[in-house]
Amino acid sequence: MAKLALRDIRKTYHAEEIIKGVSLDIEDGEFVVFVGPSGCGKSTLLRMIAGLEEISAGDLLIDGARMNDVEPAKRGLAMVFQSYALYPHMNVYQNMEFGLKLAGMPEAERRRKITEVATTLQLDAYLKHKPGQLSGGQRQRVAIGRAIVRNPKVFLFDEPLSNLDAALRGQMRVELATLHRRLGATTIYVTHDQIEAMTMADKIVVLQKGVVEQVGSPLELYHHPRNLFVARFIGSPPMNFLSVRIVGSGPDGLTVETSQGARIDVPVLAESAVAGSDLTLGVRPEHIVIDAQGTVPGTIRLVERLGALTLLHVALEDGSVLIVQTDGDHGGQVDAPVRLTLLSENCHLFDAKGMALTKLMRHRLAG
Amino acid sequence: METTLSPPKGKKGRTGAALFLSPAVLILLVWSLIPLALTLWYSFQNYNLVDPTLSGFAGLDNYRYLLTDPDFVWALLNTVLLVLGVLVISVGGGVLLAVLYDQDFLGRGIARILVISPFFVMPTVSALVWKNLMLHPIYGVYSAMMRAVGLTPIDWLQHYPMQTVMMIVAWEWLPFAVLILLTAVQSLDHEQKEAARMDGAGPVARFRYIILPHLSRAITVVIMIETIYLLTIFAEIWVTTSGGPGVASTNLAFLIYARALLQFDVGGASAGGVIAIVIANVIAAFLVRAVARNLEA
Ligand SMILES: Nc1ncnc2c1ncn2[C@@H]1O[C@H](COP(=O)(O)OP(=O)(O)O)[C@@H](O)[C@H]1O
Ligand SMILES: [Mg+2]
Repeated sequence: MAKLALRDIRKTYHAEEIIKGVSLDIEDGEFVVFVGPSGCGKSTLLRMIAGLEEISAGDLLIDGARMNDVEPAKRGLAMVFQSYALYPHMNVYQNMEFGLKLAGMPEAERRRKITEVATTLQLDAYLKHKPGQLSGGQRQRVAIGRAIVRNPKVFLFDEPLSNLDAALRGQMRVELATLHRRLGATTIYVTHDQIEAMTMADKIVVLQKGVVEQVGSPLELYHHPRNLFVARFIGSPPMNFLSVRIVGSGPDGLTVETSQGARIDVPVLAESAVAGSDLTLGVRPEHIVIDAQGTVPGTIRLVERLGALTLLHVALEDGSVLIVQTDGDHGGQVDAPVRLTLLSENCHLFDAKGMALTKLMRHRLAG
Repeated sequence: METTLSPPKGKKGRTGAALFLSPAVLILLVWSLIPLALTLWYSFQNYNLVDPTLSGFAGLDNYRYLLTDPDFVWALLNTVLLVLGVLVISVGGGVLLAVLYDQDFLGRGIARILVISPFFVMPTVSALVWKNLMLHPIYGVYSAMMRAVGLTPIDWLQHYPMQTVMMIVAWEWLPFAVLILLTAVQSLDHEQKEAARMDGAGPVARFRYIILPHLSRAITVVIMIETIYLLTIFAEIWVTTSGGPGVASTNLAFLIYARALLQFDVGGASAGGVIAIVIANVIAAFLVRAVARNLEA
């Protein structure tokens, strides 16, 4: 089993820095998800850990040993690629066998191992098939099986589910989580899909443009985003933002006022906040309620009915639109006037630099 | 009468299609069947351009003379040697160069153009260049280089005619192999090579187990196309050795030419032509089958 440590890791391509100093500790057995928009450097970071990409600066430690210059195969890692990267001319058995054979494992042991893994992945009926004869989900399993048979200390996944359809993706997500629980191996998983990140991770690393924006458990990121970027990225539908002005502060937090004069008391540390200065208020769709006594008036512009819940797009008087999540039975109609209440303890405030003001209370599940 | 625009069905439709196809089929027939028929006809005739007294039906005589002629056996052997030798050099060298030229190095673009360029030189021209500019025992660049280091240059075309012709032809066909194989190497999925690296495969294992299997289709295609052209190599021989000394560098195509236009024996040449057609078709059938098997996998 393995612990990983990244110490100020950097990657430069043609004088352009793609990874700008990433430091990170990954505990033994942890399921870590790198998440971020396309092109933010998730794959590059993963490939540097794998040894497929040279590390321009910084140290990569696995179990305390520096790995920067160690061959990929000697780092004790296995990787599942986005394209699966199965060897097309070899059948399923040979695909799983290739690495073991090169490692010099005796034939009988190889057979035992592959048979065992194939059984757990329900691949035993397909051992003689070539990858071209398999469905997307089966190929995915073979790629995972090829990683498992090598008994690696760390599993690396690069967007493994992005080539599957939605139903299969949901199913594979569950299978991967189950597999991780059973094997208990340290896992690093790259995705741009925040749902995968939220559902599978012990720890999420949010990346933007080669910089770590925040590291934390899924609920920590959800309840205590460190800045606007994380707040916007985590959560679906995304958080709503309003410009507000500070009108008062006290031991219970800040009082802010929207441009239409609605006042909200947000329980955050006042710190350096000055009355009269401008902030951004963030509130998730699930933390706005429709309420006849609400202080924020608006008009419904669009109704999205998802069955279990309904999303209302509500236009405020100043033209900004808030997404409001209500239950599936809500009878809201387009063009109907509504009044909203923002649940103040779930509101977030961000300063002019986009950094979140510290909340007075930690959420009980946020760790 | 059917007046709809639905696709033609049944006998009537097919006759219509045949009608529209007929010009193309007719041209093809005139182009290939008439020469074939004439060759077959002459191969059973006594027909010599300089001896009008010889005439009439010859039966299988032309074939008997040819098949028992030691020159014919030589020509057959040389044909096989030329095809196999050039295939080995161009495919072997082509695979190596393709893998090398797939690497990133300074000036790769220019190097690629240079390696492809011999393909655009006409066979007669490249044979002349090799014969007079490179290998000529007195004026040749090669000979000058040998003399510069104090060695006596070998007169390659005199002493090793077949091997030299083979080398010239291989020089012409290597670029073709590189071109096809390089595109094939480049089409190999990057992640596959990386997966192999993660699996612990070094450069040799990656070449042997990942790249070579990936290239197998392209190699079959190169072999097929080259074989068809190499069976009929003529210009290079004609320019450099004229099939000699003796028949040392005479292949089937050159033998037929020599029979018809140097010895004026149209009957014998035609018999040789028929045999060449049979051989080419047998080989083509084998190749097509091999390729089909390789392509469907
Ligand atoms: N081999 C390379 N040469 C130059 N730039 C690269 C190379 N690989 C990746 N990049 C750049 O690095 C950035 C991050 O890429 P990547 O790690 O693939 O992003 P992600 O996986 O997060 O979508 C991109 O802007 C990409 O253009
Ligand atoms: Mg990527």
